[in-house]
Amino acid sequence: MNRFSMIGRRLTQAIPSIIGIIIVTFLLTRALPGDPAVYFAGPAADEQSIAEVRAALGLDKSLPEQFWLYLGDLARGDLGVSISTGRPVLEELATRLPASLELTLVALVFAIGTALPLGILAATRPNSWIDHLCRVVVTAGVSLPVFFTGLFFVYIFYYIADLAPSPLGRIDIYFIAPDHVTGFFLIDSLIAGDLETFRAALAQIILPAVSMGVFVLAPLARMTRASMLQALGSDYIRTAQASGLSRSKVLFAYAFRNALLPILTTLGMVFSFMLGANVLVEKVFAWPGIGSYAVNALIVSDFAAVQGFVLSMAILFVVINLAIDVLYTIVDPRIGMEG
Amino acid sequence: MAVIEQPDERTETALAAWWRHFRYVVSENPVTLFAFCLFGMFVFLAFFGPWIVPFDPLASDTSSALQPPSWKHWFGTDNLGRDVFSRVVVATRLDFMIAFSAVAISFVVGSVLGCLSGYYGGWTDRIVGRSIDTIMAFPLFVLAMGIVAALGNTVENIVYATAIINLPFYTRVARAEVNIRRHAGFVDAAKLAGNSDARLLTFHLFPNILPPMMVQVSLNLGWAILNAAGLSFIGLGVRPPAPEWGIMVAEGATFIVSGQWWLALFPGAALMLAVFCFNLLGDGLRDLIDPQRRT
Amino acid sequence: MKRRDFLKTSGLVAGVGMFPMLRHIPASAAGRDNTVVVVLPNGPNSMDIHRSGTNRPSYAIAVNVYDRLVSFGSKTLANGTTMYNYEDIVPELAESWTLAPDGMSMTFALRKDAVFHDGSPVTAEDVKWSFDRAVSVGGFPTVQMKAGSLEKPEQFSVVDPHTFKIDFIRKSKLTLPDVGVPVPIIINSKAALKHATEKDPWALEYMHRNPLGGGAFMVDRWDPGVQIVYKRFDDWKSGPMPGVERVIVREVPSASTRRALIEKGDADISLDLPARDFRELADAGKVNVQGAPIENSMYALGLNMNFEPFKNKLVRQAVAYSIPYKEIFEAAAYGRGVPMYGGKSMKPATIDWPQPYPYDTDYNRAKELLAEAGYKDGFEVPISFNLGFADWSEPAALLVQEGLGKIGVKSTLDKVPGANWRTKALVEKSLPMHMKNFGGWLNYPDYYFFWVYQHGHLFNSMNYRNEEVEALVEATLNLPIDDPAYEPNIKRMLEIAFDEVPLIPFYQPFLDVATQKNVKGYEYWFHRQLDVRNLSKGDA
Repeated sequence: MNRFSMIGRRLTQAIPSIIGIIIVTFLLTRALPGDPAVYFAGPAADEQSIAEVRAALGLDKSLPEQFWLYLGDLARGDLGVSISTGRPVLEELATRLPASLELTLVALVFAIGTALPLGILAATRPNSWIDHLCRVVVTAGVSLPVFFTGLFFVYIFYYIADLAPSPLGRIDIYFIAPDHVTGFFLIDSLIAGDLETFRAALAQIILPAVSMGVFVLAPLARMTRASMLQALGSDYIRTAQASGLSRSKVLFAYAFRNALLPILTTLGMVFSFMLGANVLVEKVFAWPGIGSYAVNALIVSDFAAVQGFVLSMAILFVVINLAIDVLYTIVDPRIGMEG
Repeated sequence: MAVIEQPDERTETALAAWWRHFRYVVSENPVTLFAFCLFGMFVFLAFFGPWIVPFDPLASDTSSALQPPSWKHWFGTDNLGRDVFSRVVVATRLDFMIAFSAVAISFVVGSVLGCLSGYYGGWTDRIVGRSIDTIMAFPLFVLAMGIVAALGNTVENIVYATAIINLPFYTRVARAEVNIRRHAGFVDAAKLAGNSDARLLTFHLFPNILPPMMVQVSLNLGWAILNAAGLSFIGLGVRPPAPEWGIMVAEGATFIVSGQWWLALFPGAALMLAVFCFNLLGDGLRDLIDPQRRT
Repeated sequence: MKRRDFLKTSGLVAGVGMFPMLRHIPASAAGRDNTVVVVLPNGPNSMDIHRSGTNRPSYAIAVNVYDRLVSFGSKTLANGTTMYNYEDIVPELAESWTLAPDGMSMTFALRKDAVFHDGSPVTAEDVKWSFDRAVSVGGFPTVQMKAGSLEKPEQFSVVDPHTFKIDFIRKSKLTLPDVGVPVPIIINSKAALKHATEKDPWALEYMHRNPLGGGAFMVDRWDPGVQIVYKRFDDWKSGPMPGVERVIVREVPSASTRRALIEKGDADISLDLPARDFRELADAGKVNVQGAPIENSMYALGLNMNFEPFKNKLVRQAVAYSIPYKEIFEAAAYGRGVPMYGGKSMKPATIDWPQPYPYDTDYNRAKELLAEAGYKDGFEVPISFNLGFADWSEPAALLVQEGLGKIGVKSTLDKVPGANWRTKALVEKSLPMHMKNFGGWLNYPDYYFFWVYQHGHLFNSMNYRNEEVEALVEATLNLPIDDPAYEPNIKRMLEIAFDEVPLIPFYQPFLDVATQKNVKGYEYWFHRQLDVRNLSKGDA
């Protein structure tokens, strides 16, 4: 019961944020340079036809009026039509979001799988050369722009070493996308029992996921190290060790579980970063995700698309934070008990 | 009889004590020393760079375009024949300026907002809190992208955008720390002594919240530079022909595949070194100020 | 073992005839020979060229998936590149056409065996409906039709199911070529009308996503933002059967990646690389680089007559003498173009178009002119260019900035995002000094002058107005080129343009394309899209 009331409370707390997001998004897109009316009116239009198109698009109304219309559209789930692709924005988001999510999740899995062991390793041998080495390695990863790492990987692994497949997007030219169940190629191909496609999709996703993951190794590894150190130094660990429990049991069953909380917090921050970094990585790898869509939309001042993008990213982020809060209560049963 | 010299605890100045602590920390952790030296070098280059470089970073010479590193051009030349070494060195100033201005603004504004909302509570707290939550709800780079796209890609706007997205952290920390100490003994004492709220906040409360912030400042410096580089990559960075590491990497990236690796590698290495330096500096500062918080 | 070889030998054939069920396109050698892989930066955003907001890459659909009445033949340039032949109009849907004795109408005899993709026969009714649509929807298609004096539905009539007639409003040399441009596509009107409504009589909504054509290729699948796959229409009758069965056009935004793909052999054709990459690929010789000068097009600098210093002709000429042309040609074009500077005389000797303007880099001359005009101490001006064309515009702008600096004119670079460019440069015409890249589809100099030098016209971003030019263009636009007045008119227009120089050309750019050595049949077209109908794969 407590957990549900906590979720309910968090949701209510999120509402003002969402209202703020909607307002900020609206203002931001209206402030973008460029005039969609000119774009829609076509290459050879004159002042008059542009004015007509502007009226048809509702852009000649006052700002508050436009905002009201925008809210009405949102309530109906109508996010407008994208100038650059000609499709409804909702449809674009629905097809592109899984692509970005899949990439982000694989990158996260890679990052967690690398950073956590590194952090634990460093925590068990504090101030040794291993500790310093881990610190230097993860800091190096976070010091390069993410697109540079991506391009560098493409150059080394595709162009020179011929190990990676061509950076052509989610799946190679000669494969057809698996039937849509979740939108995640890796999962869908497994559901369809198609190992060839699975391997192809996996091959395409490795390089971009690693590029993104490398960047977030540092905060994850550091936080793991810090909280593990704190956990390892506490009384109950000493008791466990004194009781003769094996080293691995002490480490994983007790210390790690207790160290998880701050790591979860960092995960939230890491996810936020990754949603933004998608934009850069997708450009390098021709990944048809939401990030590359957003960049194109910004450049042509595609109002509806930019609005849809920012809105969906922000809401996604709120949902992720909520999920992390729920995870908290699972990891630490004490939390749900608070009033 | 020999006189044995001992550090006289009473007369040792604060500065000397601090220096002794510094030397201790550095000896424990040589990487920190390395970071401090690197930082010093960068600051030197930022100040004196334009005077010590061999070529004019803006002078083009298309007849010697795209030449690999040589004795004449240590880092080679770019597609307009400009000397890459000179550009990389001169870029230090612009990048450091962007980073320091952005972080300074977000630090100052964030701390003020945080202190006020933590001290007064009530509506101030609520309004500031909601605004900060709204900012934090956006993935940071997306927000920076949107702001620069809307306002135009000048250096000022890039600085403002970076400052805005870094604001929430300082506000939250300031608020939390001030909130905890709001009713502490020394605060009540100062109030009794007749200090105004402003004096109280500035001279009594603020110094106590500095330690956690200082570390974040150095981390944010690195992040600000990377942010500017990312914006350049999608076409929203500083305007040409200004030399800036981010835009040099973004433009040089297109030359990698054709084999002219030096256009992207050297600015990229400089950028990485600077961010690296800031990150390690953050660690060192943390050790200096509050060793218990080390991660 | 290289990945490509692995794919080739693994033989993932599940049954050639069962295409929709296929998990993988057969990667056997035969399979690949029937498929061409193209990579480009941006793909189509609509299947319908008549729809407003349709982007340039969508024109490729109009070219490959729809027929027109006529098309253009081809010719080969000295450097081996094949291009369309502007002077040779060849049959496509129309087998033949006759001009009426009074010259005021033309009758087209349509092929009797032509069918649409759904199998239904093509009739003159379809042609009339399609032409009516093109002149009625407004926007770019209607304006383009107007350029050939095709303006009202009343001009188009059905004589019998296989005969179509166009009545002229005026005689114009531009009418017949205008029938061959991508815009007047022949649509399956019966199928379209099934999806037409009161509010949408032209079925714009439906055709936005669903092509209803009868051209050489069908759209097999379209994944917006990712790829478009063309499949050959084996019952195509309007021309020779295309040499490839399938064309996969993939969107790859990053230019470096497109280059890597063509160099590694993972793409057969790569479009829209930076000039530098094309030059290096051409020099390396592992792939074919074919470049044709883009007709009726120049990359140039525009000087706005509303900006005070530029009101004085001497100042404009001074600017023209201060530009480092050779350096720009090297750093922006990398030699992939035709220089448009260094002409010999202020009076044009021929009516070749485009031709070099009589200016070259001469800083002393520039400084003299500036002093004479009263601007000895120079002035300040921003140089604006479209972010989307930064590839060539940025180095050019930087060099112009340097050149201007040498004569005392201070300038800053102003990168304008593509969305804003149209408004600021072409609609408001408010940019003092800006890069221009207009290219006209119909290859006549008077056509260029019509769009660029006529006061108030869209591409006259310089706010230029000259009464004599206005009169000359009016008079010449509809003259046939063998009219005795044509040549002197053009020469006079050029002379004025040389002297007044509100527009200073740098070079005529190439349209370059990189292809694997075994890919044949690439042709340069004025619409700059890839016509896949002549492609084939042979031995390298």
